Amino acid sequence: MPVRETEGTKLWQRRTGRESLAHWIMWLIGVAVFAYCWQRISEATTWFFVWDAPRIAGDIWTRATPPRWEYIAQLGEPIWDTLNIATLGTIIALMLAVPVAFLAARNTTPSALFIRPIALLIIVSTRSINSLIWALLLIAIIGPGVFAGVVAIAIRSIGFCAKLLYEAIEEIDETQVEAIIATGASRWQVMAYGIVPQILPAFAGIAVFRWDINIRESTVLGLVGAGGIGLQLSASLNVLAWPQVSLILIVILAAVVISEWVSAKVRGAII
Amino acid sequence: MSASEISLEARLGQPWKKPPFIQRPWLRWTLIAGFVAYLIAAYLTIEVNWARVYDGLERGKQFVLAFTSPDFTTRSSDIYEGMLESILMTVAASVVGIAISIPIALGAARNVAPLPVYLICRAIIAISRALQEIIVAILLVAIFGFGPLAGFLTLSFATIGFLSKLLAEDIESMDKVQAEAIKASGARWMQWINYGVQPQVMPRLIGLSMYRIDINFRESAILGLVGAGGIGATLNTAFDRYEYDTAAAILIIIIVIVMALEYLSGIIRARVQ
Repeated sequence: MPVRETEGTKLWQRRTGRESLAHWIMWLIGVAVFAYCWQRISEATTWFFVWDAPRIAGDIWTRATPPRWEYIAQLGEPIWDTLNIATLGTIIALMLAVPVAFLAARNTTPSALFIRPIALLIIVSTRSINSLIWALLLIAIIGPGVFAGVVAIAIRSIGFCAKLLYEAIEEIDETQVEAIIATGASRWQVMAYGIVPQILPAFAGIAVFRWDINIRESTVLGLVGAGGIGLQLSASLNVLAWPQVSLILIVILAAVVISEWVSAKVRGAII
Repeated sequence: MSASEISLEARLGQPWKKPPFIQRPWLRWTLIAGFVAYLIAAYLTIEVNWARVYDGLERGKQFVLAFTSPDFTTRSSDIYEGMLESILMTVAASVVGIAISIPIALGAARNVAPLPVYLICRAIIAISRALQEIIVAILLVAIFGFGPLAGFLTLSFATIGFLSKLLAEDIESMDKVQAEAIKASGARWMQWINYGVQPQVMPRLIGLSMYRIDINFRESAILGLVGAGGIGATLNTAFDRYEYDTAAAILIIIIVIVMALEYLSGIIRARVQ
């Protein structure tokens, strides 16, 4: 019990002396690291531009308002492309993620020693690289366009979907699987009747959740040339057409809000 | 249940069929038909230049092969500087973002904050979550100029939305009894937060912070594409020049750091929970 004596009475305190010393040192190191980081960042900054920032921000704001509403007629096709990139990318990702998830889950993997680490490596490496980087890479390989965006979104989503799915597979009720095995079912029948019905709700939830995220990500893929509304955004930014930029941002914001609403509704219906 | 009992006689002797995932037939068929129609429409409108894709396969093979012989040395100083800048941005933005999101999370929890404060904090969270990192970065680069400061501000801003929302949800679902006991002992507001609320949400706060540091690092790798500092600019140049071995080296470093962070956060979360 950490207590302290003041004028003969014992007072409770939160930590013992040694604990508070350790806390102090941790805080000191933390502050020192942060101060160093901040100093390096500030060295690389042109402070003149920063002091000028409020004026620039006001300037951009006056240029960007009001948005150029008639430009929306040209945005129909990019929005359709964006939707396609997100949806087709999610579908392809799910098709690839299901086998990876089954190989990665401890209770369904054929070999915990050899195949499971490979599946986990696929999950980690696809998850840790952003879809914009995948898009950059795919544009260098298969050329700019919507297809590169679809593949980029698909690859990026494999890791995410497979990770959530294999956690769901590991949490299934084993007694149901045992019951199916007891009827003399083959390996594939056990999967189809013992495991799949248990993870189907989770699967549907993951699919909709990832689709929502993919809508967000596909709106900016165009910045590197992978199709969708981001192409219009980068074209407008390059010619400093701020009224068009503000309209595109409004459209992207609306798309994000709508997709989040749809995904919340669908997930609410499933669960 | 009654429907299945009525049809029991009729069902006897019939083979069992799997129940469908969506019970109502009309809804099921509408969804399937709509989905197929959409797929056809999407397939017809996407232009794929298969000849170009076929040409690209050779380069794809080169890129995959580059992973077997990544080139860390040729551009080592560029890689080192870019990586360092990414890490600096990640650390600074995580510290500032977490520090700002704690008061906002308290304000966005209905059981701690009064209604006006609650609404303001929820509005801040909604704005921060709706705007994507890369779009915020574009605007901030336009305002503050090129460099890591724009990236730092972007990541801090994004951290606020993420962390405040999840932390506020945790505060709202905390155990009221403990907090009330502290209040009953005559604690001031700060003491109430410190001794009644904070110990309950601390494990969650640490777990979320670790996760957000991980996300911030991954995001910092792309901010360079729009001029906001970090490794992204180096990576972009490597791709543009078809220097796949350098690009592979950068990607390997990113993957290794993310894996190390995930491993570390696993250890820390296991210790605090």
